Amino acid sequence: MAHYQNIFTAVQVRGHAEQGVALEPGSWSRDGTPWFSYWLGKIGDAQIGPIYLGFTGVASLLCGFIAIEIIGLNMFASVNWDPVQFVRQLPWLALEPPGPEWGLTVFVPLNEGGWWQMAGFFLTTSIVLWWVRMYRRARALRMGTHVAWAFASAIFLYFTLGWLRPLLMGSWSEAVPFGIFPHLDWTAAFSIRYGNLFYNPFHMLSIAFLYGSALLFAMHGGTILAVSRFGGERELEQVTDRGTASERAALFWRWTMGFNASMESIHRWAWWFAVLVTLTGGIGILLTGTVVDNWYLWAVKHGVAPSYPEVFPAVADPATTGGAK
Amino acid sequence: MKLGVSISALIVLFLTLAMLFRAGWERPPMQSEQLGYRGLGMVETDNPRTAAARAALNAVPAATPAVPAGSPPATSVYKNVQVLNDLGVGEFTRLMVAITAWVSPQEGCNYCHNPSDLAADVPNKVVARRMIEMTRHINSGWKNHVADTGVTCYTCHRGQPVPAYVWTTDPGQPHGSRFAGNRAGQNAPAVSVGLTSLPMDPFAPFLTKGGGEIRVQSAAALPAGRGAGTSIQQTEATYGLMMHISQSLGANCTFCHNTRSFFDWDSSTPQRATAWHGIRMVRELNGAYLEPLAKAFVPGRLGPLGDAPKLNCGTCHQGEHKPLLGANMLKDYPELAAKGKVAAVAPPTPEPVLVGETVIIFFPVASSALHDAAPRVLEVLVVKLKANPKARATISGYHSATGDAAQNAELAKNRAMTVQGALKAAGIDEKRVVLEKPAAVQANVVGEDPTSRRVEVKVQ
Repeated sequence: MAHYQNIFTAVQVRGHAEQGVALEPGSWSRDGTPWFSYWLGKIGDAQIGPIYLGFTGVASLLCGFIAIEIIGLNMFASVNWDPVQFVRQLPWLALEPPGPEWGLTVFVPLNEGGWWQMAGFFLTTSIVLWWVRMYRRARALRMGTHVAWAFASAIFLYFTLGWLRPLLMGSWSEAVPFGIFPHLDWTAAFSIRYGNLFYNPFHMLSIAFLYGSALLFAMHGGTILAVSRFGGERELEQVTDRGTASERAALFWRWTMGFNASMESIHRWAWWFAVLVTLTGGIGILLTGTVVDNWYLWAVKHGVAPSYPEVFPAVADPATTGGAK
Repeated sequence: MKLGVSISALIVLFLTLAMLFRAGWERPPMQSEQLGYRGLGMVETDNPRTAAARAALNAVPAATPAVPAGSPPATSVYKNVQVLNDLGVGEFTRLMVAITAWVSPQEGCNYCHNPSDLAADVPNKVVARRMIEMTRHINSGWKNHVADTGVTCYTCHRGQPVPAYVWTTDPGQPHGSRFAGNRAGQNAPAVSVGLTSLPMDPFAPFLTKGGGEIRVQSAAALPAGRGAGTSIQQTEATYGLMMHISQSLGANCTFCHNTRSFFDWDSSTPQRATAWHGIRMVRELNGAYLEPLAKAFVPGRLGPLGDAPKLNCGTCHQGEHKPLLGANMLKDYPELAAKGKVAAVAPPTPEPVLVGETVIIFFPVASSALHDAAPRVLEVLVVKLKANPKARATISGYHSATGDAAQNAELAKNRAMTVQGALKAAGIDEKRVVLEKPAAVQANVVGEDPTSRRVEVKVQ
């Protein structure tokens, strides 16, 4: 007999497409005729659309498109408009920020980093507009704005990397290039330049929250799936009217580790962990180069970095012992 | 929809396989050897299955038999001998034959000489003369990089008139000055920097005369002031140079550095000092020997900007920690180590050290005299031996790889017995001290490696 399950839905309920609540006066219209996807129904809701873009959504997509276009066309130009090389070299290609010689010049010549400034401006505008849209969609549904503020935490990290820290350092050249491998090389070079970012306590916190988020996600997902046979996936109902699913889930963790989160607080745990990944990470970036120049030496100074026994014969810096010629 | 999914799955599968089995992929398992203190990732990895192929690639040609000394000077037979004028005619001819086999085995003598007038200064002969001068200069002046192993023409040439790994100045991106698409000298899969997107030319900025500053990390925890430090771009350039060194030597970062703090000399390996001298050597050789040859080279040899082909780390190393896997060809051709070379000043003998449970005592060259500080360091083990009557001390002697093997073994034995005597003087019965067989150490640190002349004492 076919039965309803919560993750891979064996039976898909099909009726008339759900249009959602009425929009507030002054809103733009919802776009698109709703349709159903059998495969997406396997992992979520089978109904696709309608979507509400609104002014901020349209403006955000437009700005995002311009930014991607500036980045992509610069990459295309860098391989002399050769489509084959563009595809082959795509992971290596990049749009670089202005060099150190430009400092914080507002209008850098286009090919010297001006394109990067422009792409950054449009990408930032796009992201901020998308944030506004997220905030307003939540309000329109009389929801809290938790998702928007979690997104804001990620935007803070993006701001710090591309704008706030370069501003404090006095040079656009401190910012990240747009590109797949180049931004990874930037990350490695950044860590090396500032004496190993692993000794940055905020970097440590960020990693702890990142791994913690994954752990919490696995714990929560596992728990809810495990009690879904008792209706546990209807979490909101379980919050207001604690059923046997919630009781068992709570009991499981109390037995396992003595403490259990509640049906509501587990979501606060997850939200804060996720938000703190980028928040602490952004603080760590902001402090690097501005107030700390070498995190390893900082960690030695404060007793964080351990010392190890000498294994190799003593090596002296040849530059200081006059070994140079 | 289903067709689309299948096609996508096929493409993903193809790309994955293509990525896994492309050229340069080596199947596991790799051998790894711990070099530093545990837990620091100071590890060298090696593929044992490529050892035979690498040995074949780095095989050294057999030396021609030495000629009896005392032949008349080469200058009495040949004209226009400007550099090798300190050789006898026998040695001179033997060296010319060897150089032909090393550099131009196909083309023969006529690659550099005009067959109707061997003394004529044709372009390739002018270059070859300068290269002989350079080889002598390396072997006598850069012992802190090449030690006594030294180099010969074969180290770089390997039977080819032009060594496989040389560089000329990169003309840069041909359309970099246009309206868009400035690569800023990076962001291409460049072989010179190990196919990363790092700055593509690590040579001109760092490996020429007056090469730029390589160090990027600051030696203080806190910044000196706004904008006072090195830029990320400069860091990436240095990173590119390090990728070149890593590739040329077939080594990881940890061959020279403790990666938890790259700049810190105290936690670096001795190889880092060797590499430091190597960089200075390449800078000097490029500036003093190769660059001025631009006028002498035949035009086809020059780079796109008209500069002479130059050296980098790969020119000699060709993917190995030690060029030709450390083979010493120079001993058969002492003519290439300049005559009248100044005797090297003996480096100071390092202090004895306690590493974990082992005491290491170092000795001066060809001497078994005990370091003044040795009894003080040995005291730690003496206390242990006295506390535990069943414990025994094991002494192993090492000697450097240079010199006569039998003499060295005798020397190592004498050193071990000196240490045994020191323990006896401290009140430890000699029956409780076990002497192990001495071992040679293949090491090339700085010149005559001081750390290979040592005795290790353990309590078991």
